[in-house]
Amino acid sequence: MVTLKELSTDELFASGHRLCAGCGEGIINRMTMKALRGPTVIVAATGCSEVATTIYPYTSWRLPWVHVAFENAAAVASGVIEAYKAMARRGAWNKQVDVIAMAGDGGTYDIGIQALSGALERGTDFLYICYDNEAYMNTGIQRSGATPHGADTTTSPAGSVIPGKPEWKKDLIGICAAHGIEYAATASPAYWNDYITKVRKGIEVNGPAVIDVISPCPLGWRHESARSIEMVRLAVETRYFPIYEVERGKYKLNINISKPKPVEEFLKLQGRFGHLFKPTYRKDVIHEIQQNVDVNWKRILILSTQN
Amino acid sequence: MTIVGLTGDEAIAYAVKQSKVDIVAAYPITPQTIMVERFSKYVADGEVYTGYVCVESEHSALSACVGASLTGARVFTATASQGLALMHEMLYIASGLRCPIVMGVANRALSAPINIHGDQSDMMGSRDSGWIQIYAENAQEAYDWTIQAFKLAEDRDVQLPVSVNIDGFIISHSMEGVDVLEDEVIGKFLQSRKPLFTMDPEKPITVGALCFTDYYFEFKRQQVEAMQNARGVLDKVCKDYKGISGRNYGAIDTFGMEDADAAIICLGSTAGTAKEVARKFRAQGKKVGAIKLWLYRPFPSKELIEAAKHAKALAVFDKAISFGAPYGALCTDVVSALHELEERPRIFNVIYGLGGRDIQPSEIELVFNRALEIAQTGVVKESTVFLGVRE
Repeated sequence: MVTLKELSTDELFASGHRLCAGCGEGIINRMTMKALRGPTVIVAATGCSEVATTIYPYTSWRLPWVHVAFENAAAVASGVIEAYKAMARRGAWNKQVDVIAMAGDGGTYDIGIQALSGALERGTDFLYICYDNEAYMNTGIQRSGATPHGADTTTSPAGSVIPGKPEWKKDLIGICAAHGIEYAATASPAYWNDYITKVRKGIEVNGPAVIDVISPCPLGWRHESARSIEMVRLAVETRYFPIYEVERGKYKLNINISKPKPVEEFLKLQGRFGHLFKPTYRKDVIHEIQQNVDVNWKRILILSTQN
Repeated sequence: MTIVGLTGDEAIAYAVKQSKVDIVAAYPITPQTIMVERFSKYVADGEVYTGYVCVESEHSALSACVGASLTGARVFTATASQGLALMHEMLYIASGLRCPIVMGVANRALSAPINIHGDQSDMMGSRDSGWIQIYAENAQEAYDWTIQAFKLAEDRDVQLPVSVNIDGFIISHSMEGVDVLEDEVIGKFLQSRKPLFTMDPEKPITVGALCFTDYYFEFKRQQVEAMQNARGVLDKVCKDYKGISGRNYGAIDTFGMEDADAAIICLGSTAGTAKEVARKFRAQGKKVGAIKLWLYRPFPSKELIEAAKHAKALAVFDKAISFGAPYGALCTDVVSALHELEERPRIFNVIYGLGGRDIQPSEIELVFNRALEIAQTGVVKESTVFLGVRE
């Protein structure tokens, strides 16, 4: 844990970018920059952060930043890391550089999971951060493997027969941890200290680290822009998005929520779940979501107490 | 002179070793696999300082190569067929981000139906991806071109990826005597890569930014310039290479084109058979010739016009089909290039060798005879001939 005063005053992520007001990704980018250990390269996947922070000939990044494609941030990062090593072996490079890959949930849970799995299996010494806003927001709010059950997106629309996405969210951290990697964790920008500490830890471990950070999206979640941080705090307080870490297979709950708010409090503030409240109150679906939250919380708790 | 027995794949692997690459990222696929197998052994035996990235797909292979190349490394990968198809998205990004990557391609047919043997459908399907394309006739050429490819790709005025193509199995798996150069000699010819930009935190740059309608077109125009520059740079590289090897390369190779009435134009291993048959015809007093394109992209129009302008009939060989197009890709390019001549040779297209179907000297004889007949009559009865297929 760090204190505010200990944080770097450098702003490696400059203001003036074109992310939406209230976008979680801008907040996460800035917080990430505050947690760096030293010289760092960012490898970005295609997505909102990429398109809104590097519109040629402008850039918001005051450190080396490279974007190649949507599904391959982990593979590109592998190439960057191995290149530094090989160039060092022939005496053409002598600096220690940390590499952070950053991708959205579409670029991680779905199209990028193969490249991510490959990089984790190879023991690539990098930190991979997934901005998890729970849908393909950049292309206009389509459902992804991270979209929660019941959410209304443009490809899982709430209809008169199907009330939003029928499937449940993938367990990304479980998948990553199953590779036997050094470190995997969830985080929420509402708990900045927890997030920054985790980013630093992910950088410092030797080998792969993955952080899935929930990222509020006023446009896709359809909530007031000014309430973004409140949304991702509620996600934690309702146990909807548990904050935990997995170190070499050992789970640890980082933020214990002893008196959880009902998940309904998180759902009702967001337009993506609006169809569960109006015109008819879908108690059945809300109940299902609550049950799933309870089961998942219990699962994390059991895994955490097994250590 | 040191002659060693190497297959085409092995010759490329050996050339890559001597070219002192920093990174090889690749995924196995027949008939390319021997390239990366041999190279892995050099890594395992500590003979090179190269980082070998064992990726989980060809898409990631080229992605890792792009990352490494942007960081400043000298980079090699290899693939074929489906692997090249899986890389397709990344091919355009590698050239668009101006990564001087060299890739060995053991040309192989594309599915479906699945087939592991050699034709050039794979690279012809990627011909507009902004890669310089070189086709080698045999293992010696594969070796020589691989070394020259790094120098061409990394030239300040080029900064583009290069593919060195060899016919799957016919060249990739056939052992031939290859005259290899000494490491020191290659070291002087091909020095360490001098990247224009690197991923240096002390001099941060943004790479792969979003370009809208206001800048995208200019980037593409610059790529066209770079591709044009490659023509002149190639000649210089070949001249320097002749100085160390005594072997003479360039954009095209010709046989008997000084006075040929009829000629064959082709890529890769078929040129060897074509030249052999042409010699036989010449001995009978028949004026035939052959043109082999070493360089396919950028297309050597000037040299082709110069070599072919006096011929009366040309048979252009395509080992790939462009479905629905007037001709195969090579024939289309030849027709386009010769269009500016006021008096043009008559041209017909020969589609052959698909899925590795062997081409025999007797079949080349048939083509020469037809071309000689067209040279005499000026009449092309069939614009496309499917050679060696059961109909």
